[in-house]
Amino acid sequence: MSDKKKELKPNTYKFDTLSLHAGYQPHKNAGSRQVPIYQTTSYLFDDVDHAAALFNLERGGHIYSRISNPTVGVLEERVASLEGGTAALATSSGMSAIFLTVMTLCEAGDHLVVSSQLYGGTVNLFRLTLPKFGIKCTFVKPRDTEGFKKAIQKNTKGIFGELVGNPGNEIMNMPEIAKIAHDAGIPLMVDATYQTPYLCKPFEHGADIVIHSLTKWMAGHGSSMAGILVEGGKFDWMQNDKFPTMTKPYEGYHGLSFAEEFGPTAFTMKARAEGMRDFGPCLSPQNAWNVLQGIETLSVRMKKHCSNAEEMVKYLSNHESVAWVSHPSVPDHPDHELAKKLLPNGRGSMIAFGIKGGKDAGVAFINNVKLASHLANVGDTRTLVIHPASGTHSQMDEATLKFAGLSHDMIRLSVGIEDIDDIKNDFEIGFRAARKPRLVSNQ
Amino acid sequence: MKFKVNGHEVFASTGGRPFDKKKPLIIFVHGSGLTHMTWVLQTRYFAFHGYNALAVDLPGHGLSSGESLKSIEEMADWVNDVIDAVGHKEASLVGHSQGCLVTVECTSRYPNKIKTLSLMGGAGAIPMNPELLSLAENNDPKAVDLMMDWAHGPAGHFGGHPVPGLYHINTGTMLAKSRTIQNTLGVDFRACDNYKNGFEAAKKIKCPTLSILATDDKMCPVKEGKKLASLIDGSQVDIIDNCGHMMLLEEADRVLTVLKKFITTNYPPLSS
Repeated sequence: MSDKKKELKPNTYKFDTLSLHAGYQPHKNAGSRQVPIYQTTSYLFDDVDHAAALFNLERGGHIYSRISNPTVGVLEERVASLEGGTAALATSSGMSAIFLTVMTLCEAGDHLVVSSQLYGGTVNLFRLTLPKFGIKCTFVKPRDTEGFKKAIQKNTKGIFGELVGNPGNEIMNMPEIAKIAHDAGIPLMVDATYQTPYLCKPFEHGADIVIHSLTKWMAGHGSSMAGILVEGGKFDWMQNDKFPTMTKPYEGYHGLSFAEEFGPTAFTMKARAEGMRDFGPCLSPQNAWNVLQGIETLSVRMKKHCSNAEEMVKYLSNHESVAWVSHPSVPDHPDHELAKKLLPNGRGSMIAFGIKGGKDAGVAFINNVKLASHLANVGDTRTLVIHPASGTHSQMDEATLKFAGLSHDMIRLSVGIEDIDDIKNDFEIGFRAARKPRLVSNQ
Repeated sequence: MKFKVNGHEVFASTGGRPFDKKKPLIIFVHGSGLTHMTWVLQTRYFAFHGYNALAVDLPGHGLSSGESLKSIEEMADWVNDVIDAVGHKEASLVGHSQGCLVTVECTSRYPNKIKTLSLMGGAGAIPMNPELLSLAENNDPKAVDLMMDWAHGPAGHFGGHPVPGLYHINTGTMLAKSRTIQNTLGVDFRACDNYKNGFEAAKKIKCPTLSILATDDKMCPVKEGKKLASLIDGSQVDIIDNCGHMMLLEEADRVLTVLKKFITTNYPPLSS
């Protein structure tokens, strides 16, 4: 028998277990092993006192499914647990999660520093829509770390970016940009949709708010729209006077100070109490349940997504019809080393590549692949392709396209979990069609 | 609200209502390394129902200044000083874990001031695991992770927070890591380990007392809580099934229901 004393270790549940169980206790739900779908608009009050207590945030519970719902609540806790966050708020889409985050943080007259490499819809929100609410933004290239610092103004309330830019795969130096944000007393908000918490937990690298379009890899099956904001709980809203709506008495709840009362969950509490009450982008319980089904197999799927993506990178890099390939696993990718640090479990399944022959070849490729689906989504279990210049980013003018790092020959590929040989065979059909117009014109 | 005790600024949450000297005072005392925020699902109710609910941050904790107090006896005297500092002559005390040691000691020292005593996850003594104590005193974040593991019951490890969207193990972890671990948790654990007067102090308590215990509490097991309660004349005991040491979060509604009945019966609110 060994004399060696057993080291104390915390026995809190780990990632794969949390993916299946976090946020739900069957014994409180009639023993139902599966999370029930609470398809209801509203919830009975025990009496008048109970109703008043719920409305007044004196006790936890549900009032109306625009504000919260038990099925959605399980999803929120589950994602918070996987991210290592204190709290989360699910919304009807990823875009509504971004909007709610900004509207919880900012007021008219405020300013944000924003990465220029974003999903086209997000670019338009920051560039065109938020100015209508009096919120202005300065765009900075994600690799220009010093540029984020220079862009901060007196009225800047936060920095926002996608951890891996859409669609060019540029990676934000999150630890350095977080330091810049924190030195300025403002939070870093990161859209980590492409990574999911399986590949990266942004709170461990300095992020304060993490946002996901759950529609993508988290749900994973291309069936349901959903978004979420997750709070890290470390940011001190009371360190300066930049966030009066977090720290000063709020008229809407009898003079409540969210930061004083709720500390590490203050942002989520405000986003729910104010944002869901006033804007109402709530998630349906059916969609929340669909996302929960996806999360149960998140790590299994992400491993396959990543291994298929690395196979596709090798295949495309050696293909005669491909001019260039961008993926963080490629050794000459500018962020290859940073990706190793931030994405140790895999570099994700988004690949951008340039097709020889430019726009016409790109169109022919897209129109001829049979297995890969041509559509405006990413993170499905199925392989997806799109030509950003004519699709997701088509509302941008030439100059904006260039600033966003897009070219007319670029094809965005979201690698699915089909058999890798079938994906390659399908691409051969696309490449043959893409070469055909040039062969004809050469004759 | 902020006020001064012994020259140091103290923060106490008032549950979202302005402090009103006419209303009876309830003071909530948090556990080792934690802050006033652990009480949010109890204080707001009392604040809106005729009481001054003060969830204090002990010195050096949360938003209070100064250094952490090194003994349970000093903390007990400090709670008495808080009553004086806010201009009251009496108070009802509520404690959790280490806060139970503090409020038991305070009630025994100032029997005329303390009108009711409510203990959650309490015991007459809380001896510390030497390795855990060493980790906390050496500023190792593993001490917080271990505490959060042991403090939550098997059901609590799955989550299921009463407030939608909150994940309480991570929230508790963040509270305990909000200031330097060795200066908060380390000092508190040592104070708990050193405190030996709990059972003697309990024998002196004459005010109405409630003990809320939980069947899956590994830090202050039910039998220890019952032992303490048995020494207090007329003490009530309420035991929650399927719940761990963090009952004020794990079973917040049940705790509030029991606490509400006990306090409103024995220390009535100011009627509106």
